[in-house]
Amino acid sequence: MEKFTTHTGVAVPLRRSNVDTDQIIPAVYLKRITRTGFEDALFAAWRGDDDFILNRPEYQNGSVLVAGPDFGTGSSREHAVWALKDYGFKVVIASRFADIFRGNSGKQGLLAAVVSQENVELLWKLLDAEPGKQITVSLEDRTVTCGELTVPFEIDDYVRWRLMEGLDDIGLTLQHEEDITAFEATRDAWRPQTLPAKTLPKVEIEAARPVA
Amino acid sequence: MGTTLAEKLWASHLVRKGEDGAPDLIYIDLHMCHEVTSPQAFEGLRLAGRPVRRPDLTIATEDHNTPTLDIDLPIADETSRKQVNKLRENAEEFGIRIHSLGDADQGIVHVVGPQLGLTMPGMTVVCGDSHTSTHGAFGSLAFGIGTSEVEHVLATQTLPLKPFKTMAINVNGTLPKGSTAKDIILAIIAKIGTGGGQGYVLEYRGEAIRALSMEARMTICNMSIEAGARAGMIAPDETTFEYVKGRPHAPEGEDWDAAVEYWRTLTTDDDAVFDTEVDLDASDLEPFITWGTNPGQGLPLSANVPDPEDFADEADREAAANALEYMGLTPGTPLRDIHVDTVFLGSCTNGRIEDLRAAAEILKGRTKAEGVRLLVVPGSARVRLQAEAEGLDRVFKDFGAEWRNAGCSMCLGMNPDQLRPQERSASTSNRNFEGRQGKGGRTHLVSPLVAAATAVRGTLSSPDDLVDAPAALA
Repeated sequence: MEKFTTHTGVAVPLRRSNVDTDQIIPAVYLKRITRTGFEDALFAAWRGDDDFILNRPEYQNGSVLVAGPDFGTGSSREHAVWALKDYGFKVVIASRFADIFRGNSGKQGLLAAVVSQENVELLWKLLDAEPGKQITVSLEDRTVTCGELTVPFEIDDYVRWRLMEGLDDIGLTLQHEEDITAFEATRDAWRPQTLPAKTLPKVEIEAARPVA
Repeated sequence: MGTTLAEKLWASHLVRKGEDGAPDLIYIDLHMCHEVTSPQAFEGLRLAGRPVRRPDLTIATEDHNTPTLDIDLPIADETSRKQVNKLRENAEEFGIRIHSLGDADQGIVHVVGPQLGLTMPGMTVVCGDSHTSTHGAFGSLAFGIGTSEVEHVLATQTLPLKPFKTMAINVNGTLPKGSTAKDIILAIIAKIGTGGGQGYVLEYRGEAIRALSMEARMTICNMSIEAGARAGMIAPDETTFEYVKGRPHAPEGEDWDAAVEYWRTLTTDDDAVFDTEVDLDASDLEPFITWGTNPGQGLPLSANVPDPEDFADEADREAAANALEYMGLTPGTPLRDIHVDTVFLGSCTNGRIEDLRAAAEILKGRTKAEGVRLLVVPGSARVRLQAEAEGLDRVFKDFGAEWRNAGCSMCLGMNPDQLRPQERSASTSNRNFEGRQGKGGRTHLVSPLVAAATAVRGTLSSPDDLVDAPAALA
């Protein structure tokens, strides 16, 4: 994972609350088996509309999304984060994020910065006044700067450290493999195992057919 | 001070306490996989040369992409076929148990786990699917994870996690006839909002919850995520033990006795303190439905479509206006007057045998409203077999419904079962987001009873609205 310290780029004001994961990336795009190449899928339903903010020329190179509260609600699809990243977003700013989305962002190096709604409104005003304006997000200082305005953002200390160091979670966990093995030795006998597989007797399943 | 159920489960799965702000390392008892959120995780393992640490605590099934017709033929959609094939290849390569389309144990991952007896009280359960919260109904800590976390669990059988906050949801009183677990959870979400549960594990408590069957409890926990919560749970009791007993993977003999003895300790202590508590009175709860495009936009069926101007909060007002435009609804219209094109009975929320029985009870001997399509999709192949053994398939077919094979189906627009633009559904599923059931589709979330009554009348209805209502509820 790339290290993240500070980012400056065009900010896109997305004045909507409850932007759910089906809006960020509709399910039809989730059938791919690759981890990249989802840029075309981002906000796919909205991008058909010429007035949608990302279709406006000033926001062509947008890399910081400034959204309404409860961004990323809904499914656990990490594709939502991949689509934002593949499109070129490095930071999403909102006053509240869905838990799973925020977790996924941290794993993938997309900064989910929690800014109070009051300050989001201030940012929106500045961005509306000057479409295409760049803003600077400093993970080091936990601040967002837009012209004269600098506002703080919140992020979990540990996630911040991992992003700044560009560290991979699995590698970190495997440093404690001995603890995992020790824990496994204490697990109760009743806890289920999927193997060997047990099922009721297997029966032939009849295929349903289209009705005429 | 005592501890809550969620805290007990956390403590009993703690591999390592995090230091200096690092998260705790939590052991995962059961990891379920499906075709959509796993391919990139397996790819990650392959690239790093890592094995799956515990194939014996992992299980895969095919559900999201799979068709519910012609399942003996190759999957027509090429990208879906590729993704499903990829899961089969990955299962083979990494030694993971898989129940593929056509297998008697295939079905929606959250229906399959409990049915096999793999979900039990006192466990940690994860899956790359937000509705993993379903398994919390057994008194487990169960939650959805992203693909990076899927890879993490495959590689280490653990997850680094920060403790959740705890919220008690006390559902008091006795649920009236005609109202169901689905109405309880829709009412809770309308009350606390789609972000109300963020950062929390919800514990559903109170006499209305105790009175519910296991399957009804699963319906409630299933939609915890729709309130923004990572997980929802219900302390296990005799109802739980009875449900688990005798299932293929249920413990036997001494193991069973030891398990039940332990499971009885899985309650929140009387002197434990939740971070937040919410109360709901179930005794006057009407059937609940959604009118908008998020699951918090719900009202009792007797209400009218709300006027956005009546919302105090500006964001709510704007959200309501957007929702009504998308849904093609006019403020003031009685919800009961809304015509639907399609009724969908199924999903991990309401695709279990009790749901099918409840709907069949209403449909029996009645005829379908003209122009309405009713899709009945069992949550698993075993549910389908059970329904057929009970003759429910005959009831559905005689009524004019389509009786399908198992899968996620019309709950999400990933397989051939989709709404057309502007087509309106009454759906027993869990999300009414824009385009969720197909691009431009309009979804009203409802209980199986409301779904059935709506299929009879053609407009959003409860069983009470049927002419011969009392029989329907007998």
